[in-house]
Amino acid sequence: MPTILLLTIALPLAGAVILLLGGRATDRWGHLLACAAVVASFACSAALFAHLLHLPAEERVVVHTLFSWVPVGALKVDFGLQLDALSMCFVLLITGVGALIHFYSIGYMAHDPDRRRFFAYLNLFVAAMLLLVLADNYLGLYTGWEGVGLASYLLIGFWSYKPSAAAAAKKAFIVNRVGDMGLAIALMVLFNAVGSVNFSTVFAAAPQLSDGTLTAVGLLLLLGACGKSAQVPLQSWLGDAMEGPTPVSALIHAATMVTAGVYLIVRSGPVFNLAPVAQTAVVTVGAVTLLFGAIIGCAKDDIKKALAASTMSQIGYMVLAAGLGPAGYAVAILHLLTHGFFKAGLFLGAGSVMHGMNDETDMRRYGGLRSLMPITFVTFGLGYLAIIGVPPFAGFFSKDAIIESAVNAGGLRGWLLGGAALLGAAITAFYMTRVMLLTFFGERRWEAPLGAGEATGEGTSNHPHESPASMTAPMVVLAIGSVGAGAVLAIGGRLQTWLEPVVGSHEADHVVPPWVTTVLALVAVAVGVLIAYRRYAAEVPRTAPQDVSALTVAARRDLYGDAINEAVFMRGGRQITRAMVAVDDTAIDGSVSGATAGVRRIADALRGMQTGYARSYALSMLAGTGLFIGAVLIAAAWR
Amino acid sequence: MNAEAVAFWVLGTVAVVGAVGVVAAPKAVYSALSLASTMIALAVIYAAQGALFLGVVQVVVYTGAVMMLFLFVLMLIGVDSAQSLTETIRGQRIAAVLAGLGFGALLIAGIGAGVTGGFVGLDKANGAGNVQGLAQLIFTRNLWAFELTSALLITAALGAMVLAHRERLEPRKTQREMAIERFRDGGRATPQPNPGVYARRNAVDTMARLPDGSDAKSSVSATIRGPQTDPAQ
Amino acid sequence: MNPAHYLYLSALLFTIGAAGMLLRRNAIVMFMCVELMLNAGNLAFVTFARMHGQLDGQAVAFFTMVVAACEVVVGLSIIVAIFRTRRNADVDESHLLRH
Repeated sequence: MPTILLLTIALPLAGAVILLLGGRATDRWGHLLACAAVVASFACSAALFAHLLHLPAEERVVVHTLFSWVPVGALKVDFGLQLDALSMCFVLLITGVGALIHFYSIGYMAHDPDRRRFFAYLNLFVAAMLLLVLADNYLGLYTGWEGVGLASYLLIGFWSYKPSAAAAAKKAFIVNRVGDMGLAIALMVLFNAVGSVNFSTVFAAAPQLSDGTLTAVGLLLLLGACGKSAQVPLQSWLGDAMEGPTPVSALIHAATMVTAGVYLIVRSGPVFNLAPVAQTAVVTVGAVTLLFGAIIGCAKDDIKKALAASTMSQIGYMVLAAGLGPAGYAVAILHLLTHGFFKAGLFLGAGSVMHGMNDETDMRRYGGLRSLMPITFVTFGLGYLAIIGVPPFAGFFSKDAIIESAVNAGGLRGWLLGGAALLGAAITAFYMTRVMLLTFFGERRWEAPLGAGEATGEGTSNHPHESPASMTAPMVVLAIGSVGAGAVLAIGGRLQTWLEPVVGSHEADHVVPPWVTTVLALVAVAVGVLIAYRRYAAEVPRTAPQDVSALTVAARRDLYGDAINEAVFMRGGRQITRAMVAVDDTAIDGSVSGATAGVRRIADALRGMQTGYARSYALSMLAGTGLFIGAVLIAAAWR
Repeated sequence: MNAEAVAFWVLGTVAVVGAVGVVAAPKAVYSALSLASTMIALAVIYAAQGALFLGVVQVVVYTGAVMMLFLFVLMLIGVDSAQSLTETIRGQRIAAVLAGLGFGALLIAGIGAGVTGGFVGLDKANGAGNVQGLAQLIFTRNLWAFELTSALLITAALGAMVLAHRERLEPRKTQREMAIERFRDGGRATPQPNPGVYARRNAVDTMARLPDGSDAKSSVSATIRGPQTDPAQ
Repeated sequence: MNPAHYLYLSALLFTIGAAGMLLRRNAIVMFMCVELMLNAGNLAFVTFARMHGQLDGQAVAFFTMVVAACEVVVGLSIIVAIFRTRRNADVDESHLLRH
């Protein structure tokens, strides 16, 4: 079993290494090797899952310590892997959805000459993400964390010849770095307080730590999670990350990497449970982000950016749930798993639409595609129903559970969080319906308007067509997941029971009966859908209208996220750098060249002593001898 | 006031006056003669101090040979070039005087602080005679220094020969050639007339008389004659 | 008579010689001042010899005289050689090795 655990990570990693080192020679079969590696990894994870199912609940752990990694002084870290109930969910999600997206990419990237490199990076990503969730200590997690950051950078900037893509990759990496700083400092605080970074040691020692330490660790871990999961205040990179190819957006920025933050918070549950201040911060971040992302999603005309805003919002839900403590951990993971299915499916669908529309992303140029791309329409539609929370699809169970847990937190907190979650559900329904209507219904805006003729030249060369089987098959599988995953996991509290050994259990005390929150949620969804239908089922302007409300303008500009970053950090940082450069030039360089100038001046002055006259030299000799005699006399007199 | 004190004060004065003369004399020859007088005074002081051999050597070698050598070279090199009194280096005079005064003061202070005893006297050391005692030292204890200094003397003699040697670049003029040259430019056939001949005095600076009763300028050396203001001469 | 007097005389002669070196421009006169300084040193040695009752001082003075003689020989021949080129015994004329 431990070997299989190791193979799960090693196979994709080996695939990445072979494809990167092999170079062009592997171009012909590189994509197949990569798919095989991920499928094999999925097979290993399935075997591990079967193994875990046979074990009794308390012993559902597979541990494998590979080698002593960092034996430095008091810090002893081993490179170890630990598979328990929580990481099993993630491993299955990563390898399963990853394998489907690998298959999808064969068709999507068929015309790209760098396809082999793309698959190598995808494999690298899968390996790093698996290491992240399988590590048994914070340092291994951090390594995986950095690895997925690297893979994300490489994949966002895959078409590096596009300046926008290169800039987006850099932006993602830098904003993530800010979060990584939080995680790194948390590691240092933990090592200082506990003396180890091992999960088991830290969680066992957590009750003895001071409140300040626990709160600090909690807040720092939250900062790290914000970076990776694109939560406020580190959310600005996710929209630009859509510059990468669509499979990347589906795998990394929907299903897996952005969920790493949620994994971190849930895994560090024992620490958060003892730091209520940090938990409050977590739920605040979650609530703010879910509304933030939802508002942005309403104003985006680019289909991928709309889905990215949606991802930001849905992860806000997960973070909100994770911040509620043991009552919310399992619920957050439930939403994470269902979201993985339907969001990946939505992104693959968007990719399919783009593929058929000649890589056009502006939804105002879509319209009426449902008859031309039926499979895409059906799978996208099922994903849509899942995300807005229509029963009995996946999202209904998970989102409803979050709203319920939020309300059950009790008191003012419960009402605020529950209200935010309900409002978010309404807005989600609104913008997702908008996306559906603009894309698949209505007038075919990609054709020339009636009576306009060839002169306008508006998209007359578009021939939208359905995507090949290699692309539609994974979408179908994911659609099945969007339909059934929620029911399978939630009914009977199956996931809850499965995760109990890791996250603990919590008897939910219901402030209001559960059916009340369910009804309220459904009402909110219905309201959102209706408003969107009223606005967008009719005429849709082909170019974005300019005389809109201030909120729309703000939402179009990502609620001024970029503007704030620029004004506060970029300008301030630039001032500091300019000051540093000035200090360097005048003080440091100046002192060096000033020293040389000073030496020069002294030398010029001393040069005057060399007159060339022997008699003046004789004078200085006599004077020197006189001084010498004087010194000797003084020394003698002193004694 | 014993004899030695008298001797010291008199000779000391002579020595100092001579030393000042060396520095202050306008003509170089005067400086050389002043130095010779200082050296002789010092020789007598040596003798008074019981260094008889050294006193004699001082007179014979130092004054007699070295100072005469100085005078020879002075004659060669420009005995009549007088020093112009203006100082070319700015501030040198004042600085030199100050440095000299300071240096002297320091030396005297040092001597005053250091010398505390009296004379032991050389009666015992000179027991077998000054020369013998000195020879005892030179040829036994300081033999190595003696040998080195003799080597130094030989080297110095060789060095002088090398330095003063002039390479003959043209063939030597024979006497016939020199005579031809002399007469080509209208030179005198006869030697210069001696000074003081045909006259009442026999002095070197008295001019000889020509047949017509006038003075023969060429009979007295130009150096002794001095600058003549009469353009006819 | 105590040794200090003789030594004062020696110091005085030495100082006059040193000042003379700085003040005179004629190379030969400068050389004479050097001789003056050497003589002052000899006087000091002879005085010391009498002070200690040993002839070592006189031996040193003897060797000084020898060395001074050699030095005069070589120095004067150098001056003669230089004079042949320059037609001038002024020490200040050679001041080209300057800043």
